Amino acid sequence: MAGTAVRGRLSWQVATVAAVIEETDSVRTIALDLPDWPGHRAGQHLDIRLTAEDGYSAERSYSIASADGEPVNITVERLEDGEVSPYLTQELRPGDQMEVRGPIGNWFTWGPHDGGPLLLIAGGSGVVPLRAILRHRQRSRSSVPVRLLYSSRSLADVIYREELDQYGRSAEVNYTLTRSQPPDWGGFSGRVDDAMLARVAWPASQRPLAFICGPTPFVEAVAELLVARHYLSGRVKTERFGGA
Amino acid sequence: MTSPVSRGFHRLSRPAGAEGGKLPPGQHVTTDFPVLSAGPTPHTPLHEWTFSIRQGGQTLRSWTWPEVQDLPAETVTVDIHCVTRWSKLGTQWRGVPVRALLDQVEHDAQYVLAFSDGGYTTNLPVKDVSGGQAWLAFDYDGQPLAPEHGGPARLLVPHLYFWKSAKWVRGLELLDHDQPGFWENYGYNNYGDPWREQRYAGD
Repeated sequence: MAGTAVRGRLSWQVATVAAVIEETDSVRTIALDLPDWPGHRAGQHLDIRLTAEDGYSAERSYSIASADGEPVNITVERLEDGEVSPYLTQELRPGDQMEVRGPIGNWFTWGPHDGGPLLLIAGGSGVVPLRAILRHRQRSRSSVPVRLLYSSRSLADVIYREELDQYGRSAEVNYTLTRSQPPDWGGFSGRVDDAMLARVAWPASQRPLAFICGPTPFVEAVAELLVARHYLSGRVKTERFGGA
Repeated sequence: MTSPVSRGFHRLSRPAGAEGGKLPPGQHVTTDFPVLSAGPTPHTPLHEWTFSIRQGGQTLRSWTWPEVQDLPAETVTVDIHCVTRWSKLGTQWRGVPVRALLDQVEHDAQYVLAFSDGGYTTNLPVKDVSGGQAWLAFDYDGQPLAPEHGGPARLLVPHLYFWKSAKWVRGLELLDHDQPGFWENYGYNNYGDPWREQRYAGD
């Protein structure tokens, strides 16, 4: 199961911000112009480096939001006490530059040859790499069945909502809203639990391939629930956030 | 290459930290204890748990949980550095030096492949685990190590990026050659020295 070896050193390259898209009050997608990008696979991430005028620099990792073959997009959620995310979500504008290297990570990735059925479970901005997987599946015209369960605080916090709602029957998109629901809400409410998974998760007998991304307690809880539903550990891939 | 200035980006003013000189390049301090793992957290009951040293498919020596607890343990305070860029300073652990385990088998291996519940592996040169800078750790901050942080026991090899400190570790395979482990096969550096910023293959 050796992964694709990264050839040579991943070097830093200069990226220019091509566009910014406000996704929610605290989340923004940043389209990057990267002339020497080697290409990436859905689910991978990249490193960015910001340099201040006094030479101070800060590095962070972000999931890539765009599919294989698409220009590189990242989607960033503002953490109020952070040093980098407030800059990226409030100050940054088209034409600004930063350094980027990547792509990184060959484990939390999906391509049509990886098969399915696919179960994608997102907590908050954990939807970002899963969105890349959904887009790649669509663009590659894969017929692998897919279900997304996306846990968000409120409807207003749902990232990519318009895009996700466009999938219609080609990808089954389920939301659960944990803090507040609109009066006419027809989706799930509350934290992901076994009853929710009983309705959304593919039966283990179909050997589903699961990707879970979100904050650590979310990922821990959901992974445990899937293992209890007899999902194979090796087919439950996780990616977690932590730190600022 | 000179880094271009990111217009409008500034260092946040923050109280003079105790972090001077303790942070490897590209890292920042966190006070959380983030979790990073590739899959679900395994839960092996202590009565089924063993730690084994193996070579060529044979188990040279194996310890049960009570046997490991009976070995002389050390309490250490170390800084840990995750390849995802967080560092946590002054973390306190209790565990058995890996050297004390390796000393109980005859071998001339140059490398080890640590193996864990859930199938995780990571490779280390023997000299990095036998020189008093690696432990089989079972307490964190005075408490039994929580499962999501690798409990009941994980490797603690704080001079390398933290993925080398294998969670849920169940033993070491002795090797005469270097053999990449899990993340090392997925694009991460084979050795992982944070001070030389060896994050990815080729760094």
